[in-house]
Amino acid sequence: MPAKEALSVLIAEDGAVDRLLLAQIVRKQGHRVFTVENGEQAVKLFVEQRPQLVLMDALMPVMDGFEAARQIKALAGETLVPIIFLTSLNEEEALVRCLEAGGDDFMAKPYSAIILGARIRAMDRLRRLQATVLEQRDQITRHHNHLLNEQRVAKAVFDKVTHSGCLNAPNIRYLQSPYALFNGDLLLAAFTPSGNMHVLLGDFTGHGLPAAVGAMPLAEVFYGMTAKGYGLVEILREMNAKLKRILPVDMFCCALLLNLSFQRQTVEVWSGGMPDGYRLSAEGEMLSCLSSCHLPLGILCAEHFDDSTETLPLQEGERLFLLSDGVADTCNEQDQLFGVDRLGEVLTGNRDVERLFDEVHQALARFGGRPRDDISLLDIRMLEPQCQLAPAVVYSDGLHGAPLEWSLRFELRDQSLKSLNPVPYLLQLLQEIHGLRAVTGALHSVLSELYSNALEHGVLGLDSRLKCDAQGFAQYYHERNRRLSGKVEGCVSIALRVEPHAAGGRLMIEVRDSGAGFDVERVLSSPVKEQAFSGRGLNLVRRLSRDARWLDGGRRACVEFAWEVQA
Amino acid sequence: MSEHRIDQKVLSDLQEVMEDGYLQLLETFLEDSEHRINQLHGAKDASELGMTAHSFKGSSSNMGAAALAELCRQLEERVRQQPLCGIEDLIHRIDLEYLEVQRFYQGERERVSAG
Repeated sequence: MPAKEALSVLIAEDGAVDRLLLAQIVRKQGHRVFTVENGEQAVKLFVEQRPQLVLMDALMPVMDGFEAARQIKALAGETLVPIIFLTSLNEEEALVRCLEAGGDDFMAKPYSAIILGARIRAMDRLRRLQATVLEQRDQITRHHNHLLNEQRVAKAVFDKVTHSGCLNAPNIRYLQSPYALFNGDLLLAAFTPSGNMHVLLGDFTGHGLPAAVGAMPLAEVFYGMTAKGYGLVEILREMNAKLKRILPVDMFCCALLLNLSFQRQTVEVWSGGMPDGYRLSAEGEMLSCLSSCHLPLGILCAEHFDDSTETLPLQEGERLFLLSDGVADTCNEQDQLFGVDRLGEVLTGNRDVERLFDEVHQALARFGGRPRDDISLLDIRMLEPQCQLAPAVVYSDGLHGAPLEWSLRFELRDQSLKSLNPVPYLLQLLQEIHGLRAVTGALHSVLSELYSNALEHGVLGLDSRLKCDAQGFAQYYHERNRRLSGKVEGCVSIALRVEPHAAGGRLMIEVRDSGAGFDVERVLSSPVKEQAFSGRGLNLVRRLSRDARWLDGGRRACVEFAWEVQA
Repeated sequence: MSEHRIDQKVLSDLQEVMEDGYLQLLETFLEDSEHRINQLHGAKDASELGMTAHSFKGSSSNMGAAALAELCRQLEERVRQQPLCGIEDLIHRIDLEYLEVQRFYQGERERVSAG
């Protein structure tokens, strides 16, 4: 009855008769046999020949089978070398000793060739199983290391892309687990040309690389469009369309987008599927929640996608606290969730902003949560309106002598007012003029301000006095969205004229609307403080430009920029 | 009637397994057993006596000498209990039993060598 695979078998037995008989039985079964007469010889032969299986007499002179088994098991390490004790020991205690010394089985005398053959085959199965397990474990370790290395490389590339923004701005504090990206967490921040700050906290479905690949195109859209002066609505639409196009159906991205306007002291918010964010007072009191009211990005097609944002006042020193679902979803040993209430307690209990992230971590540890690597925390503070955070844009092209005498007129009528934001196009055109590049931010602010005044107060007839408190804000923007989604009638026209002037040139901007106009004298003469939220930003426009006037009962704004020729 | 002292099933299995090595096995057993009998009589202490009884028990059971193996088992157990008085009687019974076994296997050896 030859075995499937011949094994090398060591027989350690002091009795000559038993040794002879056993060797013959095992040899007849097709195995290679080594015989020794005591434990010491058994250990020595094991070191030299590494037999795959051992038949070991328990009681032998010089060194007994128990000690030899212990030494052989230690030498074998992780490899399973089955040891079958040969014994006529009848006492339970002796059989226990065989097992404790590392024996895997025993065989009583007199030997039966059939039973011994079956035991050797059974032990061989175990031996192979162990070998397979070890091999697979090593393979898994190799794959794991390979994967970790790939992740390191990928992370370095992702970091370059995703951290190219302004996450290091002084008003942002954030904490991201080192490999959060590979759990689909994404954190982006960038300045708009006018010095506003766009922030995105995203969370892709799934884990690992599939969850991370969507981050690249999303970051590209976010940075590219923010730099060109697009607003949240356009960026959201583009992101949604892009993700919808490239991601498989079961993948999408929960996201919270912010547009922080330091000049207006407001924050514009869109949240799709993210956990509540919190608006906190300078002292850390909770003012309100930023709740998700949309589906995540990448689910709805363009026609059904809801891009409506919410705008809230945010005074200097007030903060927004955002986080990924890893915090509230942290589980403890009893499978309880950390939950929103415990998080709320941490937020209210916080006295020192600097320590908030630590306190969240400590609370998670106290709760007994298993550590997760997909926790992202973000704390953003509103700065004073005059802050100059945005770095000057550096242009790499060598353009000079751009045309200095031209004009254009841009007119938006009725339904086109709903969907087209002309500001980024006009801004890009104006950036061709070297002399204006230094004031790109101011141009973006002024154009945005004039256009939204013309659209919201002019064409849509919204009353800016609504925006006197947080409730009024919500009402104002709700009304704005309602009117925009209905039938829009009217027009806004923007005219730009560029001409040489003195040693440089100047730009005249004229924005007209078909609305009812406003009492220019009254608004301009009211105290600056009162204008802060509701003053149509007229003060801002005046501050940023060389000259600004409102004519035709407020229906026409004329603003002028000028520049000197640079050496 | 020494053949009754040997388990015939064990005996036929031995011949089948050992094939050409059967004669060598018989010689080894006779030689080894002679040596064990001498050890039983010359043992200096209980432990040596027990060890010898244990080994003799193993080889005789493998050779189908069940009664001899049983006597060796009794001796192995007996030496663990002091005092050892009366143990000579047990050793004497082993001597007698072995003589029968020896006679059988010597006959078996002659049969095979002649064969």
